[in-house]
Amino acid sequence: MDFTLKIWKQANSKAKGKFETFKVKDISADCSFLEMLDILNEDLIDKVQLPINFDHDCREGICGMCSLYINGRPHGPDQGITVCQMHMRNFKNGSKIVIEPWRSKAFPVIKDLMVDRSAFDEIIQAGGYVSVTTGGVPDANSIPIRKELADLSMDAAACIGCGACVATCKNASAMLFVSAKVSQFALLPQGKVEAKRRVQAMVAKMDELGFGNCTNTYACEAECPKNISVSNIARMNREFLGAKLGAQKA
Amino acid sequence: MSSSALTFSSVTKKIVMSLMGLFLIIFLLVHLTVNLFLLFDPTRELFNVAAHFMATNPVLKIMEISLFAGFIIHILFGLILQIQNWLARPKRYKVEGYSHTSFFSKFMIHTGIVILIFLVLHLLDFYFKLKFGDVPNMIIHGHEYPDMGLVVIEKFSITSFIIIYIIALIILGFHLHHAFQSAFQSLGLNHTKYTPVIKALGTIYSIVVALGFIIIPLYIYFY
Ligand code: FES
Repeated sequence: MDFTLKIWKQANSKAKGKFETFKVKDISADCSFLEMLDILNEDLIDKVQLPINFDHDCREGICGMCSLYINGRPHGPDQGITVCQMHMRNFKNGSKIVIEPWRSKAFPVIKDLMVDRSAFDEIIQAGGYVSVTTGGVPDANSIPIRKELADLSMDAAACIGCGACVATCKNASAMLFVSAKVSQFALLPQGKVEAKRRVQAMVAKMDELGFGNCTNTYACEAECPKNISVSNIARMNREFLGAKLGAQKA
Repeated sequence: MSSSALTFSSVTKKIVMSLMGLFLIIFLLVHLTVNLFLLFDPTRELFNVAAHFMATNPVLKIMEISLFAGFIIHILFGLILQIQNWLARPKRYKVEGYSHTSFFSKFMIHTGIVILIFLVLHLLDFYFKLKFGDVPNMIIHGHEYPDMGLVVIEKFSITSFIIIYIIALIILGFHLHHAFQSAFQSLGLNHTKYTPVIKALGTIYSIVVALGFIIIPLYIYFY
């Protein structure tokens, strides 16, 4: 298969950046999207040109590093999958593919298609954990947890923090990410203890970092490679409202 | 308030938006009910008595003030949200997203602004006319009532007025279509069983309100 690629090139975070056009030829339909970019990069290196920078790590859909906005959709045209798991058979032979970095004030471009997503780390640091005092490892199942709740919590925990929700949201809102992280703890007894403090701290951090406001367009759910549900956002709103209204006077 | 509205958390803002929105959603139903009196009573008596009651009852007077407050807060918060959201993506995409998502949700600010302009015109045409303009009176059961029904019917005989009115109400319907279910989601009311029901209700509500308001001028114009 042959493709014409229009790729965002930007030398560093300060540079202006622009689109450049590249051609790739004889790509196998079973080639993954990142492998196709590897082939292009090999080619560029052979020609003593700068390769294209893009983020990736596991290439098996679990780390959340890959982050390409392809033809108007984060992670490309396939549903419920990261771009590293997406194959070239999803495109028409000879078609033009536009590749852009995630665009958001909170995710500045580092180079080409690579963005700085440490804003997500800061949100996690604000409350996305359970404080534990050290001691012996507790026995499994010593705290009874309803299966449905455990399942919902696991579904929320499937979030790999890739940032596709922010990338696709017309408001560049991080609500789906934050709500998944709030939910995975709030649903379990171990996480409930700090739930009130957690939701307020994480929402405050999210706002501070310049993410937009959610207006329930649900684009995030449609594009999430892990199919995280917007019901998590509703849960976060409930948790937040409860925490604010129920707070005792200091 | 405007300075603190900027510092409210994103979740607080959406909760305020939804509460004010739900309030306006209920108001529209009341408004529609009163307007429909015009259809069922050609003497305009029912409508004029109802309109007079709405405008003078002391409890409703308080509601009127809260209604204005509701509108203003909803509009103000909507604008603040939108500006912050634009700022959250300083560099736009070359290929704008076309995710499979609720269509009308993407144009809430646009439909909202059209509705705001319509609202101002609407207040000038009817509300302020009643308050400050001269409206002919009508005697019903020995009491004098301002004949608002006549004002409405006169307006509804102007073709250009009706066309603008209908377009504005169709756009209002689009706005409401997303607004209804969105308000529940913002309040955290999301449920596998009830959310589909709320979405269906929202569709029905938006169609009923838009069509309901549109039928009245069409009926008056053609009959
Ligand atoms: S590279 Fe790890 S998820 Fe794509």
